[in-house]
Amino acid sequence: MINKSQAKAVAESYLQHLQVQSLGQQDRKLCLQILECLLDRYRDALLSLGDDLVYGICEAIDGEKDPQCLMLIFHIVELLAQLLSEASGPSTNFAGDLFDVLECYFPIHFTHSKSDDVDVKKGELSRALMLAFASTPLFEPSVIPLLLDKLSSSLPSAKVESLKYLSYCTLKYGADRMEKYTESLWSALKDAIFTCPLSTVSVDSDPVDGLGFHESEIMTQALELLQVLVRQHNASFLSLILGDGDISSFLNSLFQFNDFNSLSTQYKQRLHAVGHVLSVCIKASGSSCNKVFESFFPQLVDALRLSVEDPHKTVHPALDANLNFGALYLCVELLAACRQLVVSSDKGTSAPDISRDSWCQILHSFCTSLCNVFFCLIRASSIESTWNAYVYAAVKGLEILATFPGSFMSVSKLVFENILLTLTSVIVSDFNKKFLWKAALKALVEISLFVNKYHEDEKAASFNNIVRQKIVSLISSDDLNMPQSLKLEAIFDIGMTGKSFMHSVVSELEKTISASLSEIFVHGDQQLAGLTAGLLECYSSKVLPWFHFNGGTDEVSLNFAVNIFAKMESSTSLSLGAKGKELLGATIAAVKQAVTGCSVESQEKVLQKAIAVMQTSSFFLSKDLILGTDLFNKKTQLGQISEGLSSRDEWITSLFASVVIALRPQAQIPNIRLLLQLLSMTLLEGHIPSAQALGSLVNKLPLNMSEDCSLEEVIDTLFKNVMWRNISIGKEGNDGGAVDMGNLSLSSLNSHAVVGLAWIGKGLLMRGHEKLKDVTMTFLSLLVANGDQGNSLPFNGQMKDPAEHRVLCLRKSAADAFHILMSDSDACLSRNYHAIIRPLYKQRFFNIMMPMFLSAIVKCDSSTTRCFLYQAFAHLVSETPLAAVVGDAKKVLPVLTDCFLLLSKDISHKDIIYSLLMVLSGILTDKTGQEAIAENAPMVIRRLIELTSYSYLMAIRETAIQCLGAMSELPHVRIYPMRTQVLQAVTKALDDPKRVVRLEAVKCRLAWASIASRSIHF
Amino acid sequence: MKFNHSLTFLHHIRDIKDPEHPYSLEELKVITEDAVEVDDERSYARVTFTPTVEHCSMATVIGLCLRVKLMRSLPSRYKVDIRVAPGTHATEAAVNKQLNDKERVAAALENPNLVDMVDECLAPSYA
Repeated sequence: MINKSQAKAVAESYLQHLQVQSLGQQDRKLCLQILECLLDRYRDALLSLGDDLVYGICEAIDGEKDPQCLMLIFHIVELLAQLLSEASGPSTNFAGDLFDVLECYFPIHFTHSKSDDVDVKKGELSRALMLAFASTPLFEPSVIPLLLDKLSSSLPSAKVESLKYLSYCTLKYGADRMEKYTESLWSALKDAIFTCPLSTVSVDSDPVDGLGFHESEIMTQALELLQVLVRQHNASFLSLILGDGDISSFLNSLFQFNDFNSLSTQYKQRLHAVGHVLSVCIKASGSSCNKVFESFFPQLVDALRLSVEDPHKTVHPALDANLNFGALYLCVELLAACRQLVVSSDKGTSAPDISRDSWCQILHSFCTSLCNVFFCLIRASSIESTWNAYVYAAVKGLEILATFPGSFMSVSKLVFENILLTLTSVIVSDFNKKFLWKAALKALVEISLFVNKYHEDEKAASFNNIVRQKIVSLISSDDLNMPQSLKLEAIFDIGMTGKSFMHSVVSELEKTISASLSEIFVHGDQQLAGLTAGLLECYSSKVLPWFHFNGGTDEVSLNFAVNIFAKMESSTSLSLGAKGKELLGATIAAVKQAVTGCSVESQEKVLQKAIAVMQTSSFFLSKDLILGTDLFNKKTQLGQISEGLSSRDEWITSLFASVVIALRPQAQIPNIRLLLQLLSMTLLEGHIPSAQALGSLVNKLPLNMSEDCSLEEVIDTLFKNVMWRNISIGKEGNDGGAVDMGNLSLSSLNSHAVVGLAWIGKGLLMRGHEKLKDVTMTFLSLLVANGDQGNSLPFNGQMKDPAEHRVLCLRKSAADAFHILMSDSDACLSRNYHAIIRPLYKQRFFNIMMPMFLSAIVKCDSSTTRCFLYQAFAHLVSETPLAAVVGDAKKVLPVLTDCFLLLSKDISHKDIIYSLLMVLSGILTDKTGQEAIAENAPMVIRRLIELTSYSYLMAIRETAIQCLGAMSELPHVRIYPMRTQVLQAVTKALDDPKRVVRLEAVKCRLAWASIASRSIHF
Repeated sequence: MKFNHSLTFLHHIRDIKDPEHPYSLEELKVITEDAVEVDDERSYARVTFTPTVEHCSMATVIGLCLRVKLMRSLPSRYKVDIRVAPGTHATEAAVNKQLNDKERVAAALENPNLVDMVDECLAPSYA
């Protein structure tokens, strides 16, 4: 730290010796920083320097252009000006000199586009300059004329800047100094507001105000300045505005124009401007509000032909088509401004103060008849979906009237209820007048928000009585005229404004769902089933997420899930038609969504209920599987082929499975063995959700659940279960789960078991459990098994032996099992359903399985087996993240190309081929991948050429040609020998029936042709 | 195939750059949608282009570009006829003859300078 005299010495020598402007940018910056610091910390020391300081500084900063330095300079001037004006001693004339330096910077014109090295933005510079301008009132004689001058420039950005500076400076300089400018300010403002290229007419469907204009920046700033001025010079400025000839003559001319559609854009802009000016005046203070009302409101009332005398007249005489739009618009604008005035002053002023104001009394007396006009407008609106200025104004007006804060009663209870009734009836019956409907809905939402926010008990009661009941009853109404989507939209838009409302919505929704479910279960009503599915969908996609976000999920979800199960319990038979599947799907989704959001305790409760219901299923009752008898054998002995579940059993099992899928890992599961048994049995009937539930179970069970039961044990139980016996998982001493061939080909094992095993495997895979090995070995051995028996091509109709056919099906499902293992599922085992997911599990699995597949492929000598192996491999590769595949690209590519060769023969593999092609194109985009492809270029190109004429799927042809095109970028040494072949193939593709393919072919051909364009003979 | 053939064809040649200007042939109005006639069933296409000035010395090069581009973009079954619009060029007949003579086209494409010029015009522009 240095002391005062030292600081003075520093400053003196600074001023004497430093020539700041002749230095480089960095040095200038340092100098200015010193100056800034001196001014900031050692004010007294510097003050004694007097005029020298001012001139020294002026010299130091004059002509600076660097933005960073400018920031410092503006701050220095600000400090200096404050310092001097406080001292007010030697230099009252400093202001002119100092300002001369600053003047040239306004308005900031800054086009430094790249802010890489300097992070000074135009906004910051502009703000710093504004602070400097406003630093002392002594600047006023120079600043205000400059700003007024710039305001009249034609450059929009200069206008905006000037207005911004004017607002700020006006506040800083104070009313006394600004008094003399009021008239010139008002005329400049009027100019800016009225004659500028104002606001543009908006074209989108959601206009921002009653005329369909978007505010321009100039308008916003001008109105801000206006507000500042009105506040500062209350009465005098207001009288300027009110006495203004243009405004009053405009208001007088209101009567000439009636219909909105006949108004010119220019007229609309004036209307817009006048509306804004008046509302700014109103918002400024209560007294200005009084004045505006006294001078203008009578005119508006006349124009609208309102009457005080007969407020209860229902049909208004003025309601022919041409109600004066200008007056209507201004009325609504004034109302909105009044409301804002009341809301903003609500805390400060006590209510009686305001209601004694004259504007309030005027408004009060006209309130009812105004409402009537609005009602009539709404009633008279026609069916149209486009924006309608009258409807907008009417709905807006009602909304404003209804949301005046209650401490200020300008709206009686009766009127309030009338407004609600009207809006609600619009929602209920006028749903084909789209614009009106939307506007009314928005208004109701606003009113509801207002009622909740201001705790208006009386209004809340009315709102409850009228709106809530009516709207909530929409859910259960049988009125089929109104589209369900609109009903739900209305209910949720309003419902989301308050928790209590939402709760009543939910209870009504649940009541309706459960009523219609029982109706459907008994009578099988198709139409109702469709509607209920819609309700359920909305429940899972809207209601539950809302509660999840706002709290209270637990209770709601628990209730819902338990109710659904209770419904299932009480219905003894189901007769569902075609819509049944859709309904079941929606119910499952809703139950899953509900259970997954529940806390652990609630989940346990739901699970108990579910188990109880499960025990009523015919499945459970008829078969004594609790005793662990060999049901499967029994069944095969009886010669039953699984005929699927009965409708009711399917529902119960699916719902039960969805509960299990959504459980949290911490949830305690009672009687797990029984559960496993049950799910295994239904799985065997081909019930996929059961399989997914089993997968979720093994994924989420804790390692040690209780003393008598561990995860290992559970898995062992599952694997030793009777149904797998014939595939013999992980049989000890049996080299990793090989299959007993004779047994397999004779057994009546169905492929459902394999699918089930795949889901269980997925659960294990995701948590990274070692037992997965047994599962995959089983699949692998299924794939390679039976090599010599199936030498004839599959699915070619020559299969005579049904047992052999079944084996082939089984092996096909084993190949598809890899798809289940690797792909992400929305239905279960995701983060949403609390699955345990080990990081990078797919990569790990890929790295383990790759060598196994490679060696199996090398070893096998039967084409059928090879085909299955390739299918499984294709599933594995296409679902693995690309980065892992690219790492092994050299090993993968040969197999990949063989896959194309073998699998392209059969139409049923087109999806696999497509996903493999995507893998290939992925490899092509990677650097290391390109190297691997370059090594195998001839082979890859040959396969791709074959695929360019793959006739089953256009996307394959397209992608293959794209890949070929990309390959033209590879080193020419590698690809040149293939050029002729590629060109020939692509020439054929030029004649492809699909346009997309042809276009790709042209691009590809051009790319390949230009490798060596000297010969035209491709 | 019921789509607009001439539009598809125009798509093939619209991006070709003029040998003397940085503009495409379509921008220079050398070719327009009307200038392309296509008969898909008879595998026949005719392109009529309009040189910018009557004495345009580049008319043959433009024609050559069109021919090469179409050879690369159309199935080989197509016969392509390329002509100068009647009355728009001083040596109209000579140019037409040159452009539709197989031998002379092949000979032209063996001239490295010409081929380089053509390739430059055909280079894909990603505008």
